[in-house]
Amino acid sequence: MSQTSIIQDFINRKSFIELDGRARAQSLFDEGTWKELTGPFDRIESPWLPMQGITPQSDDGCIVIKGKIGGSPAVAIAFEGAFQGGSVGEVSGAKMTAALDLATKDSEAGKPTAAILLLETGGVRLQEANLGLAAVAEVISSILALRQHAPVITIVAGTVGCFGGMSLAAGVSSYTIMTREARLGLNGPEVIEQESGIDEFDASDRALIWAIHGGAQRVGMGLADALVEDDANKIAAAVRGYVLAGLPAMHRSQQVDLYRDRIAALDTSKQIDPATLRQQWGTGGGR
Amino acid sequence: MEQIKFDYPAAKRHILKKAHVGVVGSGDMEVLLEPSPAEGAHVFITTSVDGFRDTWKAVFDRFFSKFDGSVRIDINDAGATPGSVLLRLEQAVEVIEQ
Repeated sequence: MSQTSIIQDFINRKSFIELDGRARAQSLFDEGTWKELTGPFDRIESPWLPMQGITPQSDDGCIVIKGKIGGSPAVAIAFEGAFQGGSVGEVSGAKMTAALDLATKDSEAGKPTAAILLLETGGVRLQEANLGLAAVAEVISSILALRQHAPVITIVAGTVGCFGGMSLAAGVSSYTIMTREARLGLNGPEVIEQESGIDEFDASDRALIWAIHGGAQRVGMGLADALVEDDANKIAAAVRGYVLAGLPAMHRSQQVDLYRDRIAALDTSKQIDPATLRQQWGTGGGR
Repeated sequence: MEQIKFDYPAAKRHILKKAHVGVVGSGDMEVLLEPSPAEGAHVFITTSVDGFRDTWKAVFDRFFSKFDGSVRIDINDAGATPGSVLLRLEQAVEVIEQ
């Protein structure tokens, strides 16, 4: 590809990251097939945020859209990263769980319905602490129920990334799609630094953070499946591919022995660096 | 957090469509614009920044000097500047008048 055509592609590309949660979810569906469920005008807001002096959002930062992808039924559940860091509260968690359970119900009735999770989230909403934690447990059990029938596809596009309880949801998904800009991890860099000190993890060192949590490393290590450019058409095509592919032969989270053996085989006498880990784990990709 | 309400009884033009634009992110806000169930236009604001009632009033006085739709407007605001507020309102109007 010549330099001019790369530049042209870059200019003409429709960025996925620049879209808000709603537009991201809409961009995945076949044209004219989707509709939003419990949208903003249903006004199902968090009752807990105003009590703490925080402005709520009319959809609680969780967008649920039902439609068709490549002709197959699918539901997309998107977290809006700009609202309260995409955090999971009582309402947003309940919307996600209900959508996944309805997809399971349809799948059991003979209409396999894939779920696409667009996770831009720091995890549980601290203002709704226990309710958010309960929501994460429900979401994961709903994903485990659905993934027996239809694929659950997680997209982490950035720039918030996917951390905390929702990183577990990504972990139990059938497929995970990431961009180079995205990050995926259980504890976010600032949490690690706060808990274990700056010697353990320097949250201001962007090169270090992306070398560990970044999309290229996660896909390179086989902990995510596809590294896609920040391009709405390419991400939609990757999702379509996985919806049509159906279930993987085995889910990553079912391969407990494989990962136990891999961890046991690591030489912890010296500092393990991202490149080595990618070399050791990358081949085979956990499938 | 402060809640503010304004009424513009002179805005009587019948509106059919709904619009939702924006996100309650830092320096931004969401607008829900829909046909008013009552006579005239009614505005309900929930804002994270206290003490700017007069500024909100000035923004809406200016908005309703040009717009005459009988609408209900709900705003959830996370510190949008008056300029951003007007842009979001105009964006919502663009959606309903497409």
